[in-house]
Parts: sequence; structure tokens; C-alpha cells
Amino acid sequence: MAYKTNLYDVSKCTACRGCIIACKDWNQLPAVIEPFKGNYCTHEDTNGDTFTIMRFIEEETDPADDVKWHFLKYQCMHCFDPACMKVCPRHAYTKTEWGATYHDPEKCIGCQYCTYACPFHIPKYRKREDKITKCTLCVDRVEAGLTPACARTCPTGALSFGDRHELLAQAEERVKFLRANGFPNATIYGKLELGGLNKLYILTDTPDKFGLPIDPKVPAQIPFWKDWVQPYVGWLIPLALAGSAFSFVTTRMLAGKHGEHAEGGHE
Amino acid sequence: MAGLSPSFGRGAMTNHVVDLKNTDFALIMGSNAAENHPVTMKWLTKARLERGAKIIHVDPRFTRTSQVADLYAPLRSGTDIAFLGGMVKYIIDNERYHKDYVVNYTDAPFIVKEGFSFHDGLFSGYDPEKGQYDNSSWDYEVDEEGKFVSDPTLQHPRCVFQLMKKHYSRYDIDTVCNITGTPKNKYLRVLEMYTQSGAPDKTGNIMYAMGTTQHTVGTQNVRSYAVIQLLLGNMGRPGGGVNALRGENNVQGSTDQALLFHIIPGYITSPSNSPAHKNLEAFLAKETPKTGFKVNQPKWVVSLLKAWYGNAAQPENDFAYHYIPKREETKNYSHIAMFEAMHRGELDGLFIWGGNPVVGGPHANKEQEAMCNLKWLVAADLWLTESAEFWTYQAWNRPASETKVKKRTPKDIQTEVFFLPAAAVYEKEGTAANTGRWVQYRGKAAEPVGDSMPDLWFIYEIGKRLQAAYANSKDAKDEPIKYMTWGPYGDGHEPSVVEVGLEMNGYYVDDPRKPVPGFPKLAADGSTACGNWIYCGQMTTKANGDLDYKPMWRDNKDNSKTGLGLYSNWSWCWPVNRRVLYNRCSVQPDGVTPWPGDEKRQLIGWDPLAVSDPLTGKLGKWVGDDVPDFNTALAPTEPGGINPYIMRPEGKGCLFAAKASTKDGPFPEHYEPWESPFPNLMSKQQNNPAIKVWEPDKQANPDEYPIIGTTYRVVEHWQTGALTRNLPWLAELMPNMFVEMSEQLAKIKGIRNGDKVIITTIRGDVEAVACVTKRFKPFVVGGRTVHQIGTVWHFGFNGYAKGDPANRLTPHIGDANTMIPEYKAWLCDVRRA
Repeated sequence: MAYKTNLYDVSKCTACRGCIIACKDWNQLPAVIEPFKGNYCTHEDTNGDTFTIMRFIEEETDPADDVKWHFLKYQCMHCFDPACMKVCPRHAYTKTEWGATYHDPEKCIGCQYCTYACPFHIPKYRKREDKITKCTLCVDRVEAGLTPACARTCPTGALSFGDRHELLAQAEERVKFLRANGFPNATIYGKLELGGLNKLYILTDTPDKFGLPIDPKVPAQIPFWKDWVQPYVGWLIPLALAGSAFSFVTTRMLAGKHGEHAEGGHE
Repeated sequence: MAGLSPSFGRGAMTNHVVDLKNTDFALIMGSNAAENHPVTMKWLTKARLERGAKIIHVDPRFTRTSQVADLYAPLRSGTDIAFLGGMVKYIIDNERYHKDYVVNYTDAPFIVKEGFSFHDGLFSGYDPEKGQYDNSSWDYEVDEEGKFVSDPTLQHPRCVFQLMKKHYSRYDIDTVCNITGTPKNKYLRVLEMYTQSGAPDKTGNIMYAMGTTQHTVGTQNVRSYAVIQLLLGNMGRPGGGVNALRGENNVQGSTDQALLFHIIPGYITSPSNSPAHKNLEAFLAKETPKTGFKVNQPKWVVSLLKAWYGNAAQPENDFAYHYIPKREETKNYSHIAMFEAMHRGELDGLFIWGGNPVVGGPHANKEQEAMCNLKWLVAADLWLTESAEFWTYQAWNRPASETKVKKRTPKDIQTEVFFLPAAAVYEKEGTAANTGRWVQYRGKAAEPVGDSMPDLWFIYEIGKRLQAAYANSKDAKDEPIKYMTWGPYGDGHEPSVVEVGLEMNGYYVDDPRKPVPGFPKLAADGSTACGNWIYCGQMTTKANGDLDYKPMWRDNKDNSKTGLGLYSNWSWCWPVNRRVLYNRCSVQPDGVTPWPGDEKRQLIGWDPLAVSDPLTGKLGKWVGDDVPDFNTALAPTEPGGINPYIMRPEGKGCLFAAKASTKDGPFPEHYEPWESPFPNLMSKQQNNPAIKVWEPDKQANPDEYPIIGTTYRVVEHWQTGALTRNLPWLAELMPNMFVEMSEQLAKIKGIRNGDKVIITTIRGDVEAVACVTKRFKPFVVGGRTVHQIGTVWHFGFNGYAKGDPANRLTPHIGDANTMIPEYKAWLCDVRRA
């Protein structure tokens, strides 16, 4: 089955935040009212009741030039090789056929291991349920043949949803156009990062300008522990016993050779 | 409206929202379209992708619209006329104007009569004592037959073109940038880019909103757009137009239905107590021009009277003309005037329907005080608004340091307050006329909460009960209430919107279920009744005899053969479903040849072989995908055949706004806002000479209040926030009252991003959170640096997201023509709280 992905084209986004509201509405998330502290985005990050936020980042490289106001819709990236899935002790995470990273609340024990493993720090703890929540890529809508709520709402078409390879082709064209028309650093984010993300971005500048990690990495201990050690952890005990037994037997055998020296005889 | 009507003949957005996708250049000025009209961005995005359109944004502050624009230029609030004046000079000097269009479709060749003059900021005819103009010298020359005299070579020194050239010769680039504070290189780039739309195969459109109109020179700001668009040949063509982005989703509908003191439905001047209006005949003689489509006005007025008074309106009794209350000819009944009168104790009661002056009104402190003088107040809204609760303790909380407001308590206030819970838009059926004049019907999607009812029901019930109360009165003065037609509109519990729509459309008095098919069929003899002539044609009958209410039409197919997005079968627009006004201009004067290179955007054309009258077999008709804005049987070669602006007596687009078109001048001229830190660099006339000054002693001294302040909106909230601040998700996005200021100003004042600050004006203080931003920059004007700050006016003391109303800062001063308050440029100071 083909992967279905969300494409977010920053160059068309006006930060109207209809997507933010649509997400709250579809998922019936309560409002989290935090005070305005000087930035249009009142949340520093997503939280247990806010799956997606819009970042507003002002940049001014040259006062004689125009200021830039970077907008970025930020949410779970639905990685193809998700760290959250790797570390979850209860296997609450799975990948759907079409590419969403699905979190099953029934299995979740709220340990928050996934929060620390995620290179984007996305899964957030919802205290009242003692569980993790995050963007679902509107799994329920998509599997009923609809588009995710955010893409459905977007008035300018900055957000779209469809077959990954088609959207990727469109994104390549768009980036080529943008690079030739005032945005020389335009780039795609999500094509190759972390082995591919199921949320694609067309950025008008380098990822760091939008607060995105340029080369996101899962913390090194995790693949080490999870890919190299943990799969074999079940063998540790039998291996240790076997090692012991081997050691015992061979020591005895070695001792047996020089046995008359080992018995008695001490002054 | 007041700027569009004198220029083109109608005061409404000339094109429509979908049409934006057909543009080559969009100049967004006095508007933050991406935030306040987000759907326009959908179509502009298409224009960019499909036609390579360019978006230019001019605004004191870099907004979300600026971020998606191709070009942004800042300007000091209140200097639009200077900015645009420089563009007119540039267009003329560099011959960027569309010559054929200007000569044939505008009044550029018309000669203005001797006696008209302009000197040092004043036009001829000014009376400084009265503070107003005698505009009789602002008129064209006419020959013995009363026809306009013109010079198609545009050389005559008194032709409109030459007078305009002379007037705008003073707006050179250096002078303009010195007034507006726009960096010269940015200014030139805007001029260079936008004036490319003067090419015959290009169109540009200007999108504007309150940033343009909410000034003491608001009307002339809009007139400036009209002048530019006429010169560039952008009117009446797809992707062109002067596109007023209305401030509310149904304000177009409200003004169409005459919710303005000086008109009756269909933008007809309302009768006054002047001798010129002493009876119907006199009124019609005075108000009906001799040429142009408005010669038909008597038919619209008589039909309106029949709709209002039914059988009580007969030829013998002047069609009950004397029943209509007559306003005092010289009295101003606008919002500011009304609250000034209320403040003096002259009004007993007030109905507020979905309004909230305690938050939205200018000089909100004074308006709230004024309301304390009322004997009664009826407020209809979804939630208890700040105005409905103007009398509570919390309504009088002010920042601790505030000394300008006398605090009141409920026991000081004797007003009896009634609250009518209104159903929300989704809880009732009805229509809304959007900014593009499209009247779209919406059905009821949910039941109202509790006892809430639609406004229509409340108003109908009030009228019904008034009639019952006066049913047995013998007093002549009660007859207007006794005899007004008042439903029933259907036989349901609530009035039927379709039935009201039928009355609005018009019907035949002898056959009341038969809708009048269009306003050409309205009569002045009492045989037709019509609630609003511009809506005539919105109702028809289906084959089976049922009423067909065109605002309900939902055909999603674009009927334009060249993909122009007309969607003529989706809803209905006025007039007579004409989507692009003045569309005679989309083809050359010969009526047959499209503008070179612009074949795809020709909307109508003259077909000499089409039958225009089946009865006589007369040949020759205007045809096209859009409804022609022209007499369909009038050939291009006949007299009037190249007069596209049918609602103007001149028949042409008016670069020169003659006579009583405006109160402040036939050409726009820059004046400073009423509160300004600068002298006017264009002339010695500091402010608009025709404005009414209500509080001469409340004009801020720039030494005390050196910072320019402005107000605006954000996409997350709507108007006074009476709805949006009661919705948790929206309160989450924008929870607090904030003020945006430059990093430079913040540094001088010791304010950090996120600090609480006090904004203070001569009228009141307001507390806000500082948003220190790179998107505001100081302006260098006349060699001096001046700072500007901006704040949102959405906040009030109720709801989840509370804050101080910004309008406690704005002045009671309005545009000379419309009285729209100057919310956009005033003086203040700011300090840490």
C-alpha cells in the first residue's frame, strides 16, 4: 500500500492557525490557556492536550532588507523508523500500512520513555490519564477515506495530503521554483531525515531557521541498547549460566590434571 | 463606499473574491488580508501559481500578509494619500496609464468649468467659518444642450487630465517619502511593480479594508485607489477592481438594506425635512439625476413605499411618503454623533443588535459614560457583552494609575437593561451578502441554546406587538405603525426567510406571489412593491410554481468559458447577478475587439446579429458569460455606447469627483490625521478642512503624546471578541491584550518582550502585554524619527480571554463624508506598568 503523507508548504502558509483549531476540534481537546508572553505562539511546545502548534520566528539578517517572519506548523513527524516505537516497553506504538505512527492508549503506561527518545521531543504526558498523547495523523479520518482535519481546513493549500511519492515530486518542483525566485535556501525536510518522515515540509530556508534540527538523530544509546543489546537480553541469563557452567567444567578439568597438587599439604 | 460611488457609480466591491485568481498584480493596502480575509489568500495563491501574479503589501507594520507578499513597503499611518499621490504622478510622468481606456472610459477628457481652483490645501468654495465647502465650482463645463464638453487629446488646460496632472505634480517621490517615512528604494519598487498593470494585457487589483477607511480622510483614500485604477485601466476587468474587503461578513448586506442613517434600501438618499423634500414629487425631482441609470429612481422609491405601506400607499396620498420619518437635513446621526448626543442626555433609549460599543466604539470611555444617561437599553447578542454589562462593577475597572475616567457603580446608573439572547448564525436560516456582493443562503444547522431566537424573530415580534399596541389609536401620528405591512411571513412560528426575500425582491401588487423578474420591470405607478431594488431579481419561480430563491443556488460549475471563476449559478449577487461590475470595460470601445493580448479576460461583447428584442426583431445585443453591465440593446456606436459607468450621470469613470460627490474635494489631497506629531508638508491646511470636530479641547499635544498609535485585528479574534473570546480554543490562541512596538522604542522605554505596559492617550489608559518586534520600525519623517505602536481592539472584560478595550484610546473624530472614526492614527505614549 502506498504511503500517505501530509505536505506542509511554508511558502503558502499565512499562519492563520485554522489547522490548530481543526485539530483541537476533531480530537475534542480541551483548551490550554497560557499567558501571552510576547510571541503569537503562547505554547513553547506541544502538550498533553495540544497536538500541534504554529511557531512564529522573526529573523532579520540585514536591517535594510525586509524582516522575515518564519511560520512553522510543528507536530509529530511520524518517522518511518520511530524512536518512540523502539523504546516503548509496552509496544504501544505501531506503524500503520500507510505510514502513520500510531499510539495505542490502551497499552500506554505513561512511563514517558518515548518522550526522551524522540528527537523532536513530541510525545507529551497527559497527567489526568497517566498516558502519552500526540498527533495521530487523523488515522480515524484517513481510514474512513477523509483527509486529516488540518489539511482539510487550510485555506491556501499550504497543507495537503496524498500519496507520498506524488507529494514528494510536487515538493521537488516547488523547491526548484522557490530557489529560483527569492528563496535560494529552500529545501525539503522529511525526505531523508531519520530514514524518512511521513510528514514532509517545503521550507523556504534552512531547517534551523524554523527551529528544526538540521540532522535529527535519535540519542545514540537507544539504537545501541535497543538494536544491539536488548534483542539479546533474553539470552543473557542462559549465556551467563552457560558461561558459568563452561567455566566450572573447564576449571575442574584443568584442576583435575594437576589434582595431586590441589589436595591437602599445607605447612 | 463613499469613495467608490463618486468614482464608479456604486459603492461596493467591484469585482468578487474568486476573481482574485485572475489578477497579475495585487496591491494590498490598508488591509491585512491574510489575517482578516483569509479566503482571499486562497485565490491569490492560485493567481501566483497559475499566472505568476505578484502580491504587494503596504502597511505600517509587517504582518502575516507581508510575509507572503512578494514586496512589502512600510508607511506611517494616515499618509496613504501621499503614498498614492506619488503613484499617480509616476503613472502620468512615465506614461504607464492605459491610454485608450483613459480617453474613452473615464472623464479625463472632460473640461472642468472656469472657477474651479486649488490652492495651498484648499479647493475653491471653502467657508472657514462653517468649516465646509460650497462645491458648486467643482463641476464640468456643459454646452448649450447640457452635454459635457471634452477634449479627447487631453491637452486642454482645464480638462480633468491636465488638472489632475497639475494637482499631483506636487507629489514627487522625495516629498512623498518625507511624509510617509517609506524608504525611497522600497517606494520605487512598489511604484515600478504595480504600475506594470497599466499594460493593456495586464490587470492589477487593489484590496483594501479598514486601514484605508478609518481615517478622517478615509473617503479620499479610496478615491485615490479609484484614480489609480482608472488611469491603469484596471476597472471592469477580471483580476482588476477596487476591492473593498468589508469589515464583517454581512456588512455589505447591512448597508444594502440601509443600516446607515442617510439612505433608504438600495442606497437611495433618505428623505429629510428640507423644503426640497416636502413631498414625494419634490423629493424625486431633487434626488433623481437627469442622465444615467439612476433616472429610474422614482420606480424604486414608489415600489419601496408600496412594500412598506401596502394598500395605505396610493397615488392620492403620495404613496404614504409622509409616513416616513424625516431626518433633519443638516443633522448628523452617525455613531459618533449619536453617542455625543447620548452623552448630553438627549437620548432615552438604545437598541444594540449584535453590537458592542463599550469595546468597539471610538473613545470607549466616553461612550460608556454616555450609556449611563440612557433610561433603557436593549442588547441582543449571543453572550452578555461588555455593553450589556456596562453598568457592572467590573465594567468600571481601569488601570490603577488612570485618572481620566470617573468610576461608577451600579447604584449610580439608572438605566434599565434588557437582554435578548440571540441565536448564532448556524442556529438559524438566513442569507449573508459577502464582500463580493454574493448573497448566500445558509440553512439552520443546530438548535439555538435555551430561549435564544433569531434576530428576525425578535424584530418581527417587536413590530407585531407595536402594531397591536397602536391598533385602536385614532391619532394620525400612529398611522405609520398601524398601516405598515408587517408579515405574516409564512405560517411558521418564525418568519420565513424566503417570504421576506420575496418582499425584498419585489412582487406584483395584483399578484403578490409573482416575483418581479428584475428592477427594469419595477414601476412608479404603484403596480409593483419592492423592499430593495438592488435585490430585485433574486427571486423567481420554478416550473412547478414554487418560489426559487436564487441565494440558495449551489451549482459548483464555473460557467466562464475561459475559466474566470464567475460561478454565476452559485448563489446570487446584486445587481442582477452581475459578477464583475462595469464589465463593458473588459472589451475595447468598439465592443468587439478584446484588449490586445487579453482575449481570455473579455467578459462581454457586442454581437451585431443577436436578437435583442424578439417582438420587433431588432438586431444587436451585448452577450457574454457575465451579465452585461450595460443596456443590452445599445450599440457601441450609438450615443452612450462607450459609457460603461451607467450609474454615473457622466457615464464615465470619474477621476474628478464632481460637486456633492464628496464633502472634501474632487481630487484627493493629503492632510495629516487629526492627532499627528507633524505639520502637513503638502500645504498649510493641517487637517481635512471638512471634518466635524466634536471635542476641540481633546486633541492630543504631540509633546505629551509623541507616539503614533493604531488599532487592528488578528485572525484569531473577531471584532470586539464578544464571540471569539468566549470560545476556549480561540482564547487559547490569543489570550491577552497586547501591543506591538519596535525594538528601538522598547529599548528607549526600557520595555522587554512580555512586560506589562500602559498605553496612555488624552482619553484614557489601557494595560497590555508588550510584543517587542522587528516588524515595526521607527519612521523618519521630515528629518525626525517618530515611533508607531499598534494594538488589537478585540479585548474586553468578559469572556475567557479578558483585557482592556483598546478603543479607550481612540478619538471621537470621523471622516468628513462617512463619519467613520479615525481608529487608525492617533497619539499616545507608552510606559512600563
